[in-house]
Amino acid sequence: MLLELKGLCKSFGSVVAADDLNLALAPGEALGIIGPNGAGKTTLFNLIAGSLAPDRGEIRLNDRDITTASAHQRCKFGIGRSYQVPQPFESLTVFENLLVGAVHGRGLAERDAAAPCADILLRTGLIARADTPVRSLTLLERKRLEMARALATKPQLLLLDEIAGGLTEAECGALIETIRDVHAAGTAIVWIEHIVHALLAVVGRLIVLDFGRKVAEGEPHRVMASTEVRQIYIGIEA
Amino acid sequence: MAGLADTIIQGVLLGGLYALFAAGLSLTFGIMRLVNLAHGDLIVLAAFAILALASWLAVDPFLALLVALPLMFGVGFGLQHVLLNRALGHGILPPLLVTFGLSIIIQNGLMQGFTADSQRLQAGAIETASVSLGGGVTVGLMPLATFGSAIVVILGLNFLFYKTPLGRAFRATSDDLEIAELMGIDHRRIFSIAMGVAMIVATVAALYLGMRANFDPTIGPARLLYAFEAVIVGGLGSFWGTLAGGVIIGLAQTIGAELNPEWQILAGHLAFLVVLVLRPRGLFPRALD
Repeated sequence: MLLELKGLCKSFGSVVAADDLNLALAPGEALGIIGPNGAGKTTLFNLIAGSLAPDRGEIRLNDRDITTASAHQRCKFGIGRSYQVPQPFESLTVFENLLVGAVHGRGLAERDAAAPCADILLRTGLIARADTPVRSLTLLERKRLEMARALATKPQLLLLDEIAGGLTEAECGALIETIRDVHAAGTAIVWIEHIVHALLAVVGRLIVLDFGRKVAEGEPHRVMASTEVRQIYIGIEA
Repeated sequence: MAGLADTIIQGVLLGGLYALFAAGLSLTFGIMRLVNLAHGDLIVLAAFAILALASWLAVDPFLALLVALPLMFGVGFGLQHVLLNRALGHGILPPLLVTFGLSIIIQNGLMQGFTADSQRLQAGAIETASVSLGGGVTVGLMPLATFGSAIVVILGLNFLFYKTPLGRAFRATSDDLEIAELMGIDHRRIFSIAMGVAMIVATVAALYLGMRANFDPTIGPARLLYAFEAVIVGGLGSFWGTLAGGVIIGLAQTIGAELNPEWQILAGHLAFLVVLVLRPRGLFPRALD
């Protein structure tokens, strides 16, 4: 397994964000996660990427225990992450944002990092903006940069947090294509998304989280039609 | 006229020394938001290090500087690694308290090791050498070298920041520490290197401080004050701004001293206050927070 979570628990005071979570992800798999606000989706990403430490449980990557590894170590082990609200390095150019990840995350020398970074900018449609300071980018470009920068660290596992939110239908379609390409190239993806049709266009398995617990899991369309999902999203008992 | 030109040139050149005091402070504040209250004492520590090395190796201060530079880099790196990294990330108070304590420890440690006597770095003939600029204006070689060194240091820091992978990591960490971690940057190591670089700049400052005037273990806090004023006048995050800030404080002090010798220090502080009232974010602000 690429990623394994075993009995992961995390609480903030009385708020339970992860309640005995178990999860296994194969190399190259694409997994979708949905759930209402406050279900613990982003906390799960924080736990996997190393921004938060779990109260209990174990996180394994490629059969190696990374539960206590720091965020920068996990980046080097192959975990890349994008944020719901894009958080680029504002004072750097687009290209420099990627260089940081390629040089420090992959340990490449600067002259070896330039070509792969340019390639990622090409694939994510940002190449024309390479030397632009980040602060003048549009929302779509910032979302693309968020993914491009995560790709610059050459992750085996890419965590996407509501990357389709706030985009127009056409922009969303273009983004889906890019994510499909990344997945087709062999990168495993875990994608949190409220825009379900975008999610279903990419993922092969879907998990529903509520109050930090996994309440449904399986083939995406079957999960969407399940009683648990209807109860959570529509609030009626089927 | 020659008198006025002379005053202005002296003031500008003195500003070079203040910029050297300030550049290290600007660097550590810019990268890790660390207000280092021990910065002035670390400069004095570096001056004593040069003094001790010069007498121990029986060389002049410039050669002793070459030995002191890597040594002080190590001191800065170690200090950040062992102590200051632990004080960061829990609000503004812990680093203030820790560096304030450090300031007292360094002063007393130096007092124990070197006594409270005034010391001086002896550089020989170069101390009194001067260059004529024509029109009856001459400038000392030492102030000129100080100012030249300040420009070289700032060029070097700008190159480091904007043209190297380490500099990009500095800027990325300064922008967003948590995201920098996700990009594979070990921010603690980056902070330690930054403090090492700041101590290199502080050691260059110490050389000119020690050759220009007497120093003793207690003068650090006053140097810190000028450095703070230069950084704030120049605007946070800009090294050239820091140089401009140093020059403004230096000019104000020499012009003040020209009017009345008792006004030297006061005039510098007044210039600082005027800038603070007119441009609260400094003359060339770059950092947004």
